[in-house]
Amino acid sequence: MTRYIIQRLIYMVITMFLIATLTFFLMKFLPGTPLSAADKLSEEQQAVVLEKYGLNDPVPVQYFNYMTNLVQGDLGISFQFDNREVTTIIMERIGPSMQLGVQAMFIGTIIGILLGLTSAIYHNGMLDYSSTFLAVLGQSIPSFVFAGLLQFFIGVKLGWLPVALWEGWEYSILPTISLAIFPIAIAARFMRTEMLEVMGSDYIVTARAKGVNKFGVVFKHGFRNALIPLITVLGPLAVGLMTGTLVIENIFAVPGIGEQFVKAINMNDFPIIMGTTLLIAFLFIFIILVIDLLYGVIDPRIRLAEGE
Amino acid sequence: MEKLLDVKNLHVSFDTYGGEVKAVRGVNFDVKKGETLAIVGESGSGKSVTTKALMQLIPKPPGRIKEGEILFEGRDLAQMNEKQMQRIRGKEISMIFQDPMTSLNPTMKVGNQIMEGLIKHQKMNKSQARKRVVELLDLVGIPDAENRMKQYPHQFSGGMRQRVVVAIALACNPKLLIADEPTTALDVTIQAQILELMKDIQKKTDSATIFITHDLGVVANVADRVAVMYAGKIVEIGTVDDIFYNPKHPYTWGLLGSMPSLESSDEELFAIPGTPPDLLHPPKGDAFAARNRYAMQIDFEQEPPMFKVSDTHYASTWLLHENAPDIDPPAAVKKRMEGMANSSSHSEGERI
Ligand SMILES: Nc1ncnc2c1ncn2[C@@H]1O[C@H](COP(=O)(O)OP(=O)(O)OP(=O)(O)O)[C@@H](O)[C@H]1O
Ligand code: SF4
Ligand SMILES: [Mg+2]
Repeated sequence: MTRYIIQRLIYMVITMFLIATLTFFLMKFLPGTPLSAADKLSEEQQAVVLEKYGLNDPVPVQYFNYMTNLVQGDLGISFQFDNREVTTIIMERIGPSMQLGVQAMFIGTIIGILLGLTSAIYHNGMLDYSSTFLAVLGQSIPSFVFAGLLQFFIGVKLGWLPVALWEGWEYSILPTISLAIFPIAIAARFMRTEMLEVMGSDYIVTARAKGVNKFGVVFKHGFRNALIPLITVLGPLAVGLMTGTLVIENIFAVPGIGEQFVKAINMNDFPIIMGTTLLIAFLFIFIILVIDLLYGVIDPRIRLAEGE
Repeated sequence: MEKLLDVKNLHVSFDTYGGEVKAVRGVNFDVKKGETLAIVGESGSGKSVTTKALMQLIPKPPGRIKEGEILFEGRDLAQMNEKQMQRIRGKEISMIFQDPMTSLNPTMKVGNQIMEGLIKHQKMNKSQARKRVVELLDLVGIPDAENRMKQYPHQFSGGMRQRVVVAIALACNPKLLIADEPTTALDVTIQAQILELMKDIQKKTDSATIFITHDLGVVANVADRVAVMYAGKIVEIGTVDDIFYNPKHPYTWGLLGSMPSLESSDEELFAIPGTPPDLLHPPKGDAFAARNRYAMQIDFEQEPPMFKVSDTHYASTWLLHENAPDIDPPAAVKKRMEGMANSSSHSEGERI
């Protein structure tokens, strides 16, 4: 197992290296310079600025410098917020985004699993139909529509929760719910299908033939086996949340990475774009690793196959 | 001998979109203490549905027990609710399934799967149950039980898994063991081992057994009595000798005739023509009539009753009616019957 994890970590480093290289060169092909926004500068001043950020060096040199700094954890200096380090800016901004993402993922999968289980247990009953309906709704309506509805009804009409901004925990509730809708829908639908399939399998009959009661059959024998395939969708879900936050943060004026990222793109702030891209890529690879390890925890067949 | 199980006029149907599938249509049989009853018949004849119904394990819906009594030690299982059945299942009656690759929970340790019944029915604590699991694994011939019980099903071969399934079934010393084609999914050498194991266990535990199989060779080997099922009914029932040496029902002739024997290379096999009837719309008259070359007018109009051949032997065919013409089994089948007589006469002493 340890060997497996180390192996995976090495792959992670290689992947990150490739992604960094790729983004770096892609960035070089982007039209425009960070200076186009600062029109008022004279040619000379521009030259000074470009010199300062090392943008006059030949591209391979720039690449070499960037990578050397990256290895030391230095993502460079932002173009737009004069002289501030990208790492600092990202650190300041990452908190709210992470909080929203983790809360939405947590709430989303738990509620989704519960809904899916209910559906499967009361298959073809009223509860099944209503939770399936909710799942379809949650999957087909984009999260920003939900965000708008929540803001209007709960925030403005009822005044129960703040409409926007980020000044305390209660400010995270509406954005979290908006973000969680999609994971809820996906997890519920998936859980329902898997659970129904599992409940029809032979080992469930074996369990019943032993005299195990309905609760034991569903939870001890069914649930765990139905969870295994669910893990597969957690990865795409997490990615969905990452991109979802870009929109949701803007709607709720949450000072997170997403909002920052959109600004940086508008201003050609290369170091921030690079930094954020690398961060998202890293999170993504990391989540995939965690999910693969989770497989091992839940499915003994995988644990052993890879432990050897 | 005392009757352990007495099934009377059992009807099981499935309500499907196409209509009511009458999978079991009035089955009567009994099982006495300690005896082995084999149920044979082609695919779809209702063997599994009948035995699953005994334990109320048919999926409901669409399945339901429409009619009939299942008297187990005098109590009617057909009338019991789910809670009551949970106390019967695994304790009084247990079941061995066909496919050991799918009948064990892949994410639960083998030991825990065996223990479950012990903890539930025998009220054992963990350490008592663990001891019993070791005993059981020894009994079914799995060496190194202490370690093996901590492993998962995928770490066992097919034959070993079936031994685990047998151990699960035996855990609480059930009075009745139902084995639904326990060897069909295994390769030939493993089949023989599992059969030996089952015979061995019967000797040791004296639980009664219902043994479902396609393989008449297996029947001769393990059973005391045989029930032949066709299209949801038992068409002939008797002792092994009755069925092998003196079969009365043309369908039984067909089964015996279609059974290849070891020295059969040059002989012609007697195949049963046609396909089983559609149980959505069971035919009027005898369900076998359309495939029966001896069918008479009455066969298409009225179902034959059970005729008594001897105290142990009953068959449901109009051929046994006093007015019916005398018809001998086809030559191929006769030859086979003689073959059976020879080959099983020396295994006689072995039969349990
Ligand atoms: N869930 C179900 N829904 C509808 N029909 C069913 C269902 N289960 C079984 N049947 C029908 O019941 C009939 C008997 O099936 P059963 O499984 O008892 O046959 P079998 O004799 O055990 O055959 P095999 O030798 O293939 O195991 C079949 O015609 C089948 O179509
Ligand atoms: S009752 Fe008629 S159709 Fe049925 S098995 Fe006997 S002879 Fe054949
Ligand atoms: Mg069957």
